Amino acid sequence: MMNLKLDNVSVEDENEVTLKDITFDFQPGKIYILIGRTTSGKTSLMRTIAGLIEPTDGEIFLGQERLDEVPIWKRGIAMVYQQFINYPHRSVLNNVEFPLLRAGVSKADAKAQAMAMLEKVGLTEFKDRKPSQLSGGQQQRVAIARALVRNTRVILLDEPLMNLDYKLREQLREEFRVLFKSTADSVTIYATTEPSEALFLGDELLVMHEGRIIQHGKPAHVFENPSTIDVAQIVNDPPMTILEAEIKDGKVNIGNLITFPTPSHLKSEKDGKYKIGIRASEVILGGSESNSEAGVVSLSEVSGSETLLYVKLNVGEVVLQLEGIHDYYIGQPVTISLAPSRIFLFNMDGTLCAAPGN
Amino acid sequence: MARIFKYSFIFIWSTFVLIPLSWALVTSFKPPAAVNNGATFIPWLQFQPTLDGWKDITGISGYANLFPALINSATITFFATLVSLTFGCMAAYGLSRFSYGWKHYKNPDIIFFFISQRIMPPAVLAVPFFILLKTLHLLDTKLGLVLVLTSGLMPIVVWLLVDFFNQLPKEIDEMAMLEGCNPFEAFVRTILPLSKPGLTVAGMFSIIFGWNDLFFALVLTFTNVQTLPVAVVALNGTVTPFWTLCASAIFSILPLVGLAFVVERFLSKGGFAGAVR
Repeated sequence: MMNLKLDNVSVEDENEVTLKDITFDFQPGKIYILIGRTTSGKTSLMRTIAGLIEPTDGEIFLGQERLDEVPIWKRGIAMVYQQFINYPHRSVLNNVEFPLLRAGVSKADAKAQAMAMLEKVGLTEFKDRKPSQLSGGQQQRVAIARALVRNTRVILLDEPLMNLDYKLREQLREEFRVLFKSTADSVTIYATTEPSEALFLGDELLVMHEGRIIQHGKPAHVFENPSTIDVAQIVNDPPMTILEAEIKDGKVNIGNLITFPTPSHLKSEKDGKYKIGIRASEVILGGSESNSEAGVVSLSEVSGSETLLYVKLNVGEVVLQLEGIHDYYIGQPVTISLAPSRIFLFNMDGTLCAAPGN
Repeated sequence: MARIFKYSFIFIWSTFVLIPLSWALVTSFKPPAAVNNGATFIPWLQFQPTLDGWKDITGISGYANLFPALINSATITFFATLVSLTFGCMAAYGLSRFSYGWKHYKNPDIIFFFISQRIMPPAVLAVPFFILLKTLHLLDTKLGLVLVLTSGLMPIVVWLLVDFFNQLPKEIDEMAMLEGCNPFEAFVRTILPLSKPGLTVAGMFSIIFGWNDLFFALVLTFTNVQTLPVAVVALNGTVTPFWTLCASAIFSILPLVGLAFVVERFLSKGGFAGAVR
């Protein structure tokens, strides 16, 4: 049972800052979710922990051991890549045995443990195939089996579901919950761009932006109380709609087009200019009161069992998420309205003023 | 239309390549009369084939025995290729995966330095090599020629293999290192097994260049170590009949032709299968 501690870890060169002053204490037995946009530094952070990138500054400890001074092959860290990386010239069974054999486990034990692991990921019948003879989801299962079979102290998963289709993603995500139960002694770090995976799997959420951890906490807490607009954008998919607004005389006024009385959770805020955020799932289609506004559809896309509607208003573009599959054409006039009680209020510099709570 | 153009081009080109070769092959079986009394092409119809030319070069009768030269050539080519491949693939792996450099000279410059060994005409190198081998008492030895050929073959191997290794995902050897292999073990256990096609191609190039080398063999060896190209050239005199020369030419390319067929089988049988998505 050892914790993984990062102390002011930075990776930068004269042109580019990849990671900046990352300080965090990862506890064993928990699943940490790194969430951030594609170039936010999630992968770099994992590669730095694994030893594939050398930090330019800072220290990494695993328990009492200075991890950043240990060569990669002695660190005992398992990693699953976004791409399905397996040894193409070895069979599935040999792939899973390989890390055990390297760690000095006897041949018979390695085979038994590898078979048990393959059983867990449901690949027993494919043990003699080459990875290239498997589907993408199965290949990624082999990679996951290889990572989990060793019982390493640190397990890194870098967007493991990214390259899979929607259905498989949901299925593997379910399996992860069960699989990670068996890794109670390890620090598990899981990178993703999908808020739903974070909420589903994570014990702790770390929001990364431009090489820094900008907020961390319980996933639901971060989701309900994003400390800045950046966090709100990252932990909401589709991203939160941000509009400029003014609070004055007990009314919220968005570009002189949408006005409504200040909702109760914003009552204590001073008058002035603000930015308001509203989640796509909390924008309402229709309405005829003063908190509604007419606009035209600029884009409509179906994602899974939901429809995303981008509506162009005079005050800006609003993203709206509808349950079920709907048919809209581009340019179609629609009216949308905002639910005042679900509004996030941010200062003009982007920091959170007030959240709607539950 | 494009098809007709394509096939006629292939036809003309293969005619261009094959006619001299088949002419040499046919001529090597001709009796004197069939060469001297006007052009003949078709054995058994226009002339009765004989083995005289072939007897002349295999020591059965007359001029020469090319077998010692064949063995010399094979030994030298084999060892030069072995050394080039062994060290060349390690150099190529290093250049593909790690970055080296001094000031603004980086990996591409090192690769260019390797390949620049081939840019210089061999004539420029002949004298320095001669002096070098003389100092080391390696003139007219197999070892000396192996070393000199290696200096020319290794650049080709490195150049081909750097490109090949660059196409294998880095993540595979990273994974091997994460799973307990040091960089050398990662190379031997994961990259080399995946590189059979690349190694085969590099090896083939190396063998062809080594086998066909005439210049260095001519300059750096005299009587003890005579390679096949040198021996064939030595046959070339006014007294050597045409059919014997043709037989020696065919004799010297036969091993490579045989090898080419074997390698072609290997490559088409899926040397590349199981490579990476």
